Amino acid sequence: MKGFLRSDGRKGIRNVVAVAYLVECAHHVAREIVAPHRDTAHLIGFPGCFPNDYAQQIMERLCTHPNVGGVVLVSLGCESFDRNALAETIRASGRPVEVLVIQREGGTRATIEAGRAAVTRIAGEIADAPMVPMDISELVVGTVCGGSDGTSGISGNPAVGRCFDRLVEAGAACIFEETGELIGCEEIMAARAATPELAEEIRASVNKAAAYYATLGFGSFAAGNAEGGLTTIEEKSLGAYAKSGQSAISGLIKPGDIPPRGGLYLMDVVPDGEVRYGFPNISDNAEIVEMMASGAHMTLFVTGRGSVVGSALAPVIKIAANPHMYERLRDDMDINAGRILNEGASVDEVGGEILDLVARVAAGERTKSEELGHTEFILTYKSFEPIGPACLPV
Amino acid sequence: MTDPRLLLLAPDDNVFVLRGAIEAGETVALETGEASLPARLGMGHKIARHAIAPGEKIVKYGAPIGTATAKIAPGAHVHIHNVRSDHTPTYALAETSEEVPR
Repeated sequence: MKGFLRSDGRKGIRNVVAVAYLVECAHHVAREIVAPHRDTAHLIGFPGCFPNDYAQQIMERLCTHPNVGGVVLVSLGCESFDRNALAETIRASGRPVEVLVIQREGGTRATIEAGRAAVTRIAGEIADAPMVPMDISELVVGTVCGGSDGTSGISGNPAVGRCFDRLVEAGAACIFEETGELIGCEEIMAARAATPELAEEIRASVNKAAAYYATLGFGSFAAGNAEGGLTTIEEKSLGAYAKSGQSAISGLIKPGDIPPRGGLYLMDVVPDGEVRYGFPNISDNAEIVEMMASGAHMTLFVTGRGSVVGSALAPVIKIAANPHMYERLRDDMDINAGRILNEGASVDEVGGEILDLVARVAAGERTKSEELGHTEFILTYKSFEPIGPACLPV
Repeated sequence: MTDPRLLLLAPDDNVFVLRGAIEAGETVALETGEASLPARLGMGHKIARHAIAPGEKIVKYGAPIGTATAKIAPGAHVHIHNVRSDHTPTYALAETSEEVPR
């Protein structure tokens, strides 16, 4: 397997041009720029007009993601987003970047034309980016579950857990997240922490999530869960937690923090401070975006009811937990973990199948969602305090 | 060899998960013998792998998911009627003296 070598030493498994709108008002123009270049250019962006440190940082991380070779920034002109700081960060990373300001270019048509030309030029420039040998230990892999049903926790999630165990063993960095779905697992997670101080940070992050979700008024155990055979909140949480496997937890990171070395990392996705911007993650892709901002090369997405999403910038491997859904949506699903339920496949066997696919996707094989052109993306307002030193013990 | 309709998620678990629904009156094969199900159980429900005493932890995914509140026979349904959460199930509920300290 080979990767695209970037100036910070990280290696990419894709080499795309990111086209980023810096306010919703530039979204249409940016989308039109991408339209004729869908295989080489991916659309990302931030819709807000008002400044937000988190969004600025996440956009900087995404525009310098190892899978990104070059960037076109599309600004309306009067939004608060600091396009110059973003462009400077991208330039400093050695990537080609073009900044287009709609109000300066002469409007919609002129900017679309200039943007398409910029994509063609940058794509040509990065086409011969150096490819160097890349080891599985250099991968950062995230996981998320969405469109879950009663099967997710007993087939797909444990299978991803086995895959994570083997990736971590091989030296890769694996990220799991959504502390709000881990309420009840804090002591079990704390027991897996590399140090007692990290254990304390993990407990605190779950307590923060519990308080945040309590204010929003959801996150509890629903009657339908018991009908599906779930008995307690910790059992429900463990179903999601099973994606993390059995490895020791090396660190607690926040969106945009890049794992310093291999290991298993918990991402704290719940904003710090008072509840201010509503739901922490308004949909599954918001979680995928945050893991990409922390360098995830790809995401393992477990779904029971059948989510069809992919992502901009980093491939999504879709793992069907429910065998009946797999039959209906097989064009969208990369792995049938439902075999554990109706064909007697073992969790280990499917975990191994996922691991093999991770290696092939890293080597360039396209996932189903990539083939279908899925490039979903969403980024909204949040605020975080930096992590403390106990979160990343040496 | 246990029943192929039963899934053991982790080696130390004391419950099996049903891979699919099993009808009332059907017999399942456990490691220690056979057990008959008095009522239909749906996919994802749990039955005891062996006898579980009151106060014992229910272990699934290799982790405790609650505490048995009654004696549970091998093959019996393990659910809300004989298990309680070790965690406050909802934030609104006050802790009671019966809560197991963590």
